[in-house]
Amino acid sequence: MADLFAAESGTIGEPAINISIFGAFVLVTLFITFRASRNNKSAADYYAAGRNITGTQNGLAIAGDYLSAASFLGIAGAIAIYGYDGFLYSIGFLVAWLVALLLVAELMRNTARFTMADVLAFRMRQGPVRTAAAISTLFVSLFYLLAQMAGAGGLVALLLGVSGAAAEAVVVVVVGALMIFYVLVGGMRGTTYVQMIKATLLIAGALVMTIWVLAEYGFNLSSLLGGAVEAQGQQVLEPGAQYGLSGTTRLDFISLALALVLGTAGLPHVLMRFYTVPTAKDARKSVVWAIWLIGAFYLFSLVIGYGAGALVGSETILAAPGGVNAAAPLLAFELGGTVLLGIIAGVAFATILAVVAGLTITASASFAHDVYASVIKKGQVEANAEVRVARITAVVIGAIAIGLGILALRAGINIAFLVALAFAVAASANLPTILYTLFWKNFTTQGALWSIYGGLIVCVGLIIFSPVVSGSETAMFPDFDIAWFPLRNPGLVSIPLSFFLGWLGTKVSKEKPDVDKYAELEVRSLTGIGAETAVSH
Amino acid sequence: MTPPTDRKLLTPEEYRQAQDSPEFTELRRRFRSFAVPMTVAFLAWYLLFVLLSTYAHDFMSTEVFGNVNLGILLGLGQFVTTFLITQLYVRHASKNTDPISDEMRTRLEAHEFASPRSEETPRG
Repeated sequence: MADLFAAESGTIGEPAINISIFGAFVLVTLFITFRASRNNKSAADYYAAGRNITGTQNGLAIAGDYLSAASFLGIAGAIAIYGYDGFLYSIGFLVAWLVALLLVAELMRNTARFTMADVLAFRMRQGPVRTAAAISTLFVSLFYLLAQMAGAGGLVALLLGVSGAAAEAVVVVVVGALMIFYVLVGGMRGTTYVQMIKATLLIAGALVMTIWVLAEYGFNLSSLLGGAVEAQGQQVLEPGAQYGLSGTTRLDFISLALALVLGTAGLPHVLMRFYTVPTAKDARKSVVWAIWLIGAFYLFSLVIGYGAGALVGSETILAAPGGVNAAAPLLAFELGGTVLLGIIAGVAFATILAVVAGLTITASASFAHDVYASVIKKGQVEANAEVRVARITAVVIGAIAIGLGILALRAGINIAFLVALAFAVAASANLPTILYTLFWKNFTTQGALWSIYGGLIVCVGLIIFSPVVSGSETAMFPDFDIAWFPLRNPGLVSIPLSFFLGWLGTKVSKEKPDVDKYAELEVRSLTGIGAETAVSH
Repeated sequence: MTPPTDRKLLTPEEYRQAQDSPEFTELRRRFRSFAVPMTVAFLAWYLLFVLLSTYAHDFMSTEVFGNVNLGILLGLGQFVTTFLITQLYVRHASKNTDPISDEMRTRLEAHEFASPRSEETPRG
């Protein structure tokens, strides 16, 4: 299949243009990152951009963090091939923000300093809970990184017309090295600016494609859908094209839906963005901005997805390097030729780079702040030493991501699907403990540990024994079969189980809940007293 | 061991006093009376959409106008309700919870919730 495509790869864009657009983005953001780095003095600067990002800026940066390659390439691909069933990703990814807005964002901004564990460990025994939270942060970030790297590899294979394993590996190494550089030099502030630029470019690019597609159909949604039906058949408008095959796949659809809607408020790199603003009101404002931007973007992606189905067709998409993830770039080429493809591909690439940087800074902060400073050094550590550890961790995580990315290239799985696994892990390991901590007076350390470890182990375990990893032709390792769990997304089992374990662990523990700490947590979370303030420069 | 979050701005006593105060009870009530029912409502509406898509294929495929069917309209409806709830929450917060929370924060900063020494109030 790859050979067939390589023969006509000369027609799919101009590698020189693609590279120069991407190169321009890198140069501009590097310049900004350098400027931002001049203010990186303290830990609050490195982790939380000094907490003086405005609500509006942060909203844009959240959109930048959230609209990953999965949202752009993955959703467009899923809608192009499966139509209606792909639309679920957009809906779940968006509705999920209400959980963050109503229950989590402001309360967490008021009570934490740098990481998710600051809240989870607030009224618990610090060591065990921080360690657990750091481990689950690491797992969520790695699943997410895996998806982004798979996206980067597929995209480059398409753009540069290269489809050799070595060439793709080189690309992943370049992306990884750039990302480490951003994080090391720019810290959270540099990363935030990169996110804002990227979100602007991505939303603008998607808007242009949306208007272009609609123009082809006389700005009539019904005609566009008609075009998709003509190219692919009636099933793209109806539910079930992907998940309606059997009772098991139907359950899988529900499982996916649950992971999508409950995952967002447990994503460590999203939670960390709430700490970059000065007050809880700014956190609220940033989530509101994020919801409008992300919602608009997903409406665009519906048009882009159906447009790709109608104008490019699923056969061409699936035959392209990168497979289902190639729908949006192929549509760009179909519409605007080489130049639009170059722009859209550059934007998609920038998207991956920015998201990967955000994930890396979160994972490194979690290790340095929660494990190194709080558990290993028992809080007796200079801020400078902690930031140094965070930087070293960023390099290590970057290296792991590069390795995983090269592995992930081989599997042609939809990256929105891979990201949904990260959502399932976040919803299973993190969300129950976050909600119990904030709202349940009697919650104890044992409940937190059972919920975090139980949710994490069951969720990751079920993924390992699912058809995604082995036992089917489309699996990562098709050559052997250890799959016994039928669902491709484990959320339906692991999320309720984790809520139950948190409750059970609390009920059977002899430990008395810390009433003083709960009073402090509750008063701080709702009034904002004692919240970390902005650093002035 | 001093965990990094543990910055003793106020005494535990003050936090307990503040937590037990009538204005905090009212603040919590107002916060939860919006957040909890609304969360239940949007999750139920989302799950209804998912279940209908899964088990009511023909119903969701009903054409409403042109090629646009009920499923796509209800899916777009999820976008509309999300935007709507977002704006409702912002209005609720700025009208009903922000004033109490701002006022309490000012008073907490002035240590007004420290137990007055003259009257030995029993701890509840």
